[in-house]
Amino acid sequence: MLREINVKVNGKDYQVKVEPRTLLIHVLRDTLGLTGAHIGCVVGKCGACTVLWQGRQVKSCMVFAAQTAGTEIVTIEGLAEDGHLHPLQQAFWDTDAAECGYCTPGMIMAAYGFLLRNPHPSENEIKHAIAGNLCRCTGYRNIVEAIKKAAIELQGGKSHG
Amino acid sequence: MYPVAFDYLEPRTLQEAVELLEKWGENASILAGGQSLIPLMKLRIARPRYLIDLNRIPGLSYIREQDGCVHIGALTRHVEIEESSVVREKIPIMQEAVRVLADGQVRNLGTIGGAIAQADPAGDWGPVILALNARIKCLGPKGGREMEAMDFFTFAYTTALQPDEVVTEIAIPAPSAPRLGTYVKLERVSGDFAIVSVAVQIDRDKDGICRDIGIGLGGADDRPIKAVPVEALLRGQKLSPKAIDIAARRIEEIASPISDLRGSQEYKKEVLKVIFRRALERVIERASPTTGGSR
Repeated sequence: MLREINVKVNGKDYQVKVEPRTLLIHVLRDTLGLTGAHIGCVVGKCGACTVLWQGRQVKSCMVFAAQTAGTEIVTIEGLAEDGHLHPLQQAFWDTDAAECGYCTPGMIMAAYGFLLRNPHPSENEIKHAIAGNLCRCTGYRNIVEAIKKAAIELQGGKSHG
Repeated sequence: MYPVAFDYLEPRTLQEAVELLEKWGENASILAGGQSLIPLMKLRIARPRYLIDLNRIPGLSYIREQDGCVHIGALTRHVEIEESSVVREKIPIMQEAVRVLADGQVRNLGTIGGAIAQADPAGDWGPVILALNARIKCLGPKGGREMEAMDFFTFAYTTALQPDEVVTEIAIPAPSAPRLGTYVKLERVSGDFAIVSVAVQIDRDKDGICRDIGIGLGGADDRPIKAVPVEALLRGQKLSPKAIDIAARRIEEIASPISDLRGSQEYKKEVLKVIFRRALERVIERASPTTGGSR
């Protein structure tokens, strides 16, 4: 049985019809066309589908879309503003933190949610924060560097803070 | 990836949730944080006809101190325990445990009530609440009741809950020496379920005699277990290297781990001894006046 839900994604209101068993990731990608969040394992191990839900980073393959009725979601598409990359995206670019790029949206969203609550992280805290995200190119060193760089940038009060 | 189709039910009160459970019983599953249940549904290992989502019921998420206990609402997210100043002050072992529980995303959604009701033999909360002598409160059609954590876990993924009952709260007596507790977990990769894990909370007098001790074990049996015989062995004793040796051997004797992908029974028994010893040594180090406070 389909049910109609209202969700706000990246600041925009949507009304979509979903089956109760439809996962949030499928609504984002297949219904709304927001293909930034990736599907890796679909069993909650890889973190490629990470988005922000109600202000916290979650794996969108571990949430039913019906649960999100009346709430707000931010995906990787919601970070850049007016054609300018978010400091996290810029830092990933500058430090070559993407190899194949498949894990990148999930890594960035995990880091985004983490930095919202912990703007002055240590290197260990950063590593701990991305423990739920796998990079099969094993490019972790540059990813950690990028998050460190972005945290400093964001503290400096430059745009998008 | 799609689970078997189900009806999604959103009760607005606990009473309503219990009525739905009474009606649909074993054909229903409760959705708390969903971080175990949703993957199981996708793999079609769990196939509920009715999914009862508790998340629209207000008042199930709280951490408050009352009558010497810390009361944690069933729908409290792991992250809320991680960030709670009450938990940090009163039961720091819980914060030590929550930091190695799954990963950031899972901790943002997963709940303590859900994790306990899921009753994974290698889960992190089981050993901790057993060591702390917590009580589990639940509600059913006949009203509320309370169980000792020890009576709650009955088998792998199985609890003493009736099909029409729901966990509402975990009440944890605040330990008299909050700092003298630790949770040590051996895991394959960060955030995995334990190969084995040990939770220890002690209280001791100024002469180093162990006044009280709570020991919970994960991965040591078909359920999380409380090492009652070893607690009895160490109570009233000085925690000398010799006493620890004897206790570690006793731990190995009472353990009956399941052989699985995380290790054989023999291996788990062996490492359980090592992890137990490590946990006790860490607590003793924290208790010693010279190193006290440092970690």
